[in-house]
Amino acid sequence: MSNATITQQPAKHTDVKAEKPASLWSDAWYDLRRNKVFLIGALLALILILVSAFPQLFSHINAYDPATCDLKNARKGITSEHWFGTDNLGCDTYSRVIYGARVSILVGIITTVITTVVGGGMGLVAGFFGHWSDILLSRLAEVFFAIPPILGALLILSVIGRDSAGVGTVVMALAVLYWPLLLRIMRAAVISAKSQDFVVAARALGASSGRIMLRHILPNAVAPVIVTATLNLGAFIAAEAGLSFLGVGVQSPTISWGLMISDARPWFLAQPEPLLFPALFLSITVLAFVMLGDAVRDALDPKLR
Amino acid sequence: MTNPSVDTHVLPGDRVGAEPLLAVDNLHVEFKTRQGLVRAVNGVSYALSAGETLAVLGESGSGKSVTAQAIMGILDMPPARVPKGEIRFHGTDMLKVSEEARTQIRGQRIAMIFQDALSALNPVFTVGWQIAEMFRVHRGMSKREGFKKAVELMDRVRIPAARQRVNDYPHQFSGGMRQRIMIAMSIALDPEVLIADEPTTALDVTVQAQIMELLAELQRESNMGLILITHDLGVVADVADKIAVMYAGRIVEHANVHDVYNSPAHPYSKGLLESIPRVDLKGQDLYAIKGLPPNLLDMPTGCAFHPRCPYRRDNCVTDVPPLYEISGTRSSACHYFREVLDGTAG
Repeated sequence: MSNATITQQPAKHTDVKAEKPASLWSDAWYDLRRNKVFLIGALLALILILVSAFPQLFSHINAYDPATCDLKNARKGITSEHWFGTDNLGCDTYSRVIYGARVSILVGIITTVITTVVGGGMGLVAGFFGHWSDILLSRLAEVFFAIPPILGALLILSVIGRDSAGVGTVVMALAVLYWPLLLRIMRAAVISAKSQDFVVAARALGASSGRIMLRHILPNAVAPVIVTATLNLGAFIAAEAGLSFLGVGVQSPTISWGLMISDARPWFLAQPEPLLFPALFLSITVLAFVMLGDAVRDALDPKLR
Repeated sequence: MTNPSVDTHVLPGDRVGAEPLLAVDNLHVEFKTRQGLVRAVNGVSYALSAGETLAVLGESGSGKSVTAQAIMGILDMPPARVPKGEIRFHGTDMLKVSEEARTQIRGQRIAMIFQDALSALNPVFTVGWQIAEMFRVHRGMSKREGFKKAVELMDRVRIPAARQRVNDYPHQFSGGMRQRIMIAMSIALDPEVLIADEPTTALDVTVQAQIMELLAELQRESNMGLILITHDLGVVADVADKIAVMYAGRIVEHANVHDVYNSPAHPYSKGLLESIPRVDLKGQDLYAIKGLPPNLLDMPTGCAFHPRCPYRRDNCVTDVPPLYEISGTRSSACHYFREVLDGTAG
């Protein structure tokens, strides 16, 4: 339909039009590549993932080696040797911040994947098959939805036992509490996609139920789920820090930013560095994923612009 | 076209020869709603032979689309229910075969196209992918073969520069082109019956004619049976062989196209014909059938058309008119079809 008008437009304009890809995904990718918020968020996220995967590349001191802590150097300020100072046990804050990234990133990514797969999968089933499967899954989700997240996580983690608390238990506690959100979003998207004509048409042209669900409904319903999942990633990282701060999340000797903040709290006025730096990194990490999520939402849901 | 899972349902020598390609017999469809039971289709019967075009005519809510959806087996059940009737395809009652057997028939042997081609095409895949999907799923072709076939089909439905446009997305096409793509998908597997549910309603008049011409041509080439569902009498005149006029879930007149056009035998068909705008009557008031279509939750007693009928007499309010046979090819569900034919009274 644009063919007729294109000939009357200046050549430059038509070039831009012709270059712009047309599918939802390539269109979204086109928008994302030109979005500064996305680029900054993606760069930060990439650096953080690299840091958490290979902390030894960023710090010559292995923070997990207790021999590197020297009580004689406890609570020193910023020096050329200790960029972020040392904590009250004489451990290097910079290397601890670097090694602490792993727990945050792991909890964020694994929890996101689990909630998306479990909640999204159940939402797809509930929305597509409807009837009793929808009633069953939706009611189940509402039960979990009704639990206040922080309280629920505190409860789950203290029941599982503080001795065994680690990355796995924190992930589980968060996943149990947050999958219903993904179910709701996927279910709503599937129901709205299901009533579209192309689904009826696909059925009329002989597509099987499984094919309709995976090929015709899922690709048209997955965008809001991806947006929520990306935004959640930052929230999960913050939640992990919060739970560790409260003492029910990951436990020492595992290094976590929440734990570091908690440990440094009593000496904050005397020596703020061991609290400020992990807090700063935590904020930057959460910000990076929130920026990513916002950019993805803008790209996938043009109606919000 | 050999399909064992389907063919086994037809017993050898099972009066297949006597059967039309597709026969709808006394079909009833009802919907359970909060307000009560909606009887959308009340005893519809029609038959279609290979190479024949049957136009099903009627206003919104007359049950014409629901009948087609029942034939395709794409009604949502529940809320829909088929309490009575048969849909025989090659003599086999489609309502009794398994869902797997129906999935085999859908698309391969009976296909359907829809009113709004934009919303009937999946927005996230290219049109070539969608046409090729038919071949990949049902014919086990590779991606490349499928795309080659897609280009061939797009050529066949006269999409200019098919090779360049095969990787475009549905929203990049105009309304008429989209409908052509929908048609390409529906004829991909050489179906024996094609149901077109208001295929031209969303298009402008010149494109309407092109699409109808294309459908007629494809039908001639492949000798498929075509059911054309429409509310537009002008569309059917040139292409249809037979017309079934529907009102409130029933067929009120069933006849050859020319008979209906020359002398309608039911007051409703007559009203429809008279409400077509005509150039020679320019300046005069356009005829409209008085009143509104009946509420399917609360149907009038007797003949459903009686509140709007100029030929109404006392027994129309109490007696449901059967489908009177006027001649071998023609029937009308009106107690007073003779008066309607003569044009007296009213």
